[in-house]
Amino acid sequence: MKALRMERRPTRFVAAYLASALGAGRGAGVGPLRLGDGPAPQDLGATWIPVTPLLAGICGSDLATVDGRASRSFESIVSFPFVPGHEIVGIAERDGTDAKGQAFSAGTRIAIQPVLGCAARGVALCDTCSQGQVGRCGNLVHGHLRPGLQTGYCADTGGGWSEGPVMAHASQIFVVPEALSDDEAVMAEPMACALHAALRSPLSEDDTIAVIGAGTLGLGVVAAIDFLHHEHGTMKPRRVIVGARYSHQRSLAVSLGADEVVEPKQLSRAVRSATRSGSIGSSEQLTELAGGATITFDCVGSGESIAEALRITAPGGRIILVGMPAKASIDLAPLWRREIELIGAYAYGVESIQGQAVATFDLAFSFIAAKQLGALVSAHYPLERFEEALAHAGQAGSRGATKIVFESSRSFKHRKDDQ
Amino acid sequence: MSPRPGFVLETDRSTPPTLMWNGESFGLQQLPTGSRIIYAPEPFDALKDPEGAIRHALEHPTGESEPLSALLSAGMKLTICFDDISLPLPPMAAPDIRQMVIEAVLDQAAIAGVDDVVLIAALALHRRMTEPELRHALGHRVYDAFAPNGQLLQHDAENPEELLFIGETAQGEEVEINKRAAESDLLIYVNINLVAMDGGHKSVATGLASYRSLRHHHNPKTMTHSKSFMHAPASALHSANWRMGKLIKDSGIKIFQIETTLNTDTFPSNFSFLQKREWEWSLRDRAAFAATSTALDLAPSKMARNILQGIKAPHALRSVYAGEVEAVHEKILEDVWAQQGVSVEGQTDIVTMGLPYISPYNVNSILNPILVACLGLGYFFNMYRGKPVVREGGVAIMFHPTKPEFHPGHHPSYIDFFEQVLTQTTDPEVMHQQFEEAFATDPWYIHLYRTGHAYHGVHPFYMWYWCSHAMEHLGRVIIVGGDPKTVRRMGFHPASTLDDALEMAKDVVGPSPSLTHLHNPPLFMADVS
Repeated sequence: MKALRMERRPTRFVAAYLASALGAGRGAGVGPLRLGDGPAPQDLGATWIPVTPLLAGICGSDLATVDGRASRSFESIVSFPFVPGHEIVGIAERDGTDAKGQAFSAGTRIAIQPVLGCAARGVALCDTCSQGQVGRCGNLVHGHLRPGLQTGYCADTGGGWSEGPVMAHASQIFVVPEALSDDEAVMAEPMACALHAALRSPLSEDDTIAVIGAGTLGLGVVAAIDFLHHEHGTMKPRRVIVGARYSHQRSLAVSLGADEVVEPKQLSRAVRSATRSGSIGSSEQLTELAGGATITFDCVGSGESIAEALRITAPGGRIILVGMPAKASIDLAPLWRREIELIGAYAYGVESIQGQAVATFDLAFSFIAAKQLGALVSAHYPLERFEEALAHAGQAGSRGATKIVFESSRSFKHRKDDQ
Repeated sequence: MSPRPGFVLETDRSTPPTLMWNGESFGLQQLPTGSRIIYAPEPFDALKDPEGAIRHALEHPTGESEPLSALLSAGMKLTICFDDISLPLPPMAAPDIRQMVIEAVLDQAAIAGVDDVVLIAALALHRRMTEPELRHALGHRVYDAFAPNGQLLQHDAENPEELLFIGETAQGEEVEINKRAAESDLLIYVNINLVAMDGGHKSVATGLASYRSLRHHHNPKTMTHSKSFMHAPASALHSANWRMGKLIKDSGIKIFQIETTLNTDTFPSNFSFLQKREWEWSLRDRAAFAATSTALDLAPSKMARNILQGIKAPHALRSVYAGEVEAVHEKILEDVWAQQGVSVEGQTDIVTMGLPYISPYNVNSILNPILVACLGLGYFFNMYRGKPVVREGGVAIMFHPTKPEFHPGHHPSYIDFFEQVLTQTTDPEVMHQQFEEAFATDPWYIHLYRTGHAYHGVHPFYMWYWCSHAMEHLGRVIIVGGDPKTVRRMGFHPASTLDDALEMAKDVVGPSPSLTHLHNPPLFMADVS
């Protein structure tokens, strides 16, 4: 099976780490990621379906992994060698049932919810999985599978950056609505993350929301807030302000529902103006706002972005950490003194909206269709050009792109047949 | 030898390149053959005895007013207000004219036994002056006598307890001014008439007013209908101030107005080439130009700024009148036009201007992009009487680097205006309707205005409105050497060179345009026939 594989080779991780100093994704050429033929994942049983990927996205966490910059806390919840790629739309290779217990036939297009929770691992459901919060599952190293927090990090399941198959458990399978294109379907996983993040804190009409970062997740959060208000009756915040570095990001943010979009270095000034706040410390330089945003979505996840969030979030406000963080040195005194809540937003599961429970992936399908989020897919690459693809993803903003995806030969053939 | 009047040079092949200001540097620019260059009149001679002239003015008032000594008496409440840091430009070498006049007034007050005397800097919505700036304007003796006792104040347009509502004009304009000044037995205003729009009723009605009052004339409609600010009969701004001034007078507030004109001796001897005509430059002038321009180009921008902002003009007192506001102002205007007026025949297709480092609102500060626009389109464009130098639909070409650089202490709301307003609209009326109130009432800006050295939150709007007439009149504005992104954000066009700018201008005004260059500073006002 042709695939990109990550192997446990410490020297290559070091090389990738050093190379990535030249830019995100640059670790691909020298790091532990290799393209080659290798064994396909074993059939894991009747509840597992082999899936041939059509498209598989590249996300920030993938880049951090390829570049050797991911948090070391992940070491115990991945198993080598693994095939990366957890944003997957593909074709089911045999009949089966999906996460809702509904039957589908071979050839059906499916999106994989990649979290490998208790159901996939064949262990009794933990409390969080019972509540549908598979992202919070604590059994990531238990059961018959080797460790792996998601498909794409587990040696037994395969991953999306391959010609397939990827093994998907029934609990992970969501049938893609016919109306969605492949580009739209591959956005299901990142947009489910965005929806989940947008729902991590109830919104009120008095809220001023700041969004740090306008990549896939930042734009997704902006769109999700707007979508949830219009389609599901959640409260519309008073103002949504986005810090976006690049012009295409600014245009997208406005079209997806932002009230105001500014350059990142101007975000604190924009939040100050919107909230008519004062400033603590240097009154000229806005070192820390006296008031600020009631909710800040940090869609970057760096030490600098968290520190920025602490500076612009109002006392008693909330910071939703959406971007994947790693080890960072941050002065948490403002968090303590201002009683700010720092809230993680990871993955998805089942959301409760206006008293209704809905799977985040199902919500994501309607969200993507309503907001036409397939347009965020900027480029398709074959696996053979993985170094270019990862470099493109690493420089997506500066190159006018948002989401870069791998396209399998099955997808190329599929598209050619359609033409 | 008497000073020569201003004149209009028509360039030919023998005309040397002309000095062109470019922010915190300058260079020489060859203008196309057949261009016109307007040169300011040479500085009038200084009064030989300025102290004597001031004393004479105080005791021989103009208009219906008693001499100052007759207006002063023991036990009265006296308030002396004076123009702030925005005048004159560059700041004049010590002693400042305000110090000279105020010392003379205080001498009279002391003789009369007046004890309750307060000095107020008439800031309007400008930034508060620093102690060194106040000391420079007033002199150490006055500062040390008044500041420690709390008798030297700076007008606070945002303190309701220090404001008094006077009433409304027939046009519904609210008049609210400084309470101490309004409730005094005598309000003495000490003015500097750098240009023709200064002084008169504007001194009190604007300099001591609140936002509530100022908004009635500092708005796009008034600015668009002031053609120009320098020509009182054609200025809606002037008319509004006069209506307010008359209301103030009718309310019983007694004002003794002291107005002064300075000559246009703008640069000290080591920079004197800057105010000479290029073909008259001596060898020493050429060497000074080469050395100075090279040094400014090579110096880090902060150093270049400090060098230029450190210039103190050798301005000298040219005339002084005191007494009734309108009568005094009428006399002063005659002197201003005599010193600065230049007759210009006909309009031009293209006007060029080199913008220097300083404007009324960046003394000891940074000429940020909004102030660049205001200096060129608000001030230089409006330095006319009759018709603008450039025809309707013509092109203004300005030279300035126009970097997106701001003084965060002096111009905090300018930064937000640049980022939050100019990214949405450059239309003065739209920003007036949609954004002005939020900035004007922002508590943080008010805090910085009242306690720091920040211009009021609404000030960048006013600077933009100041450009309204020019923006409506012109077909295109081009900034040579300006940061392209910044220039475009303001709705203007960037060009790398004058040749490029002229090519761009031809798209608007045709293939064989006429060109007139404003050789400014020293300041002049064009009397366009």
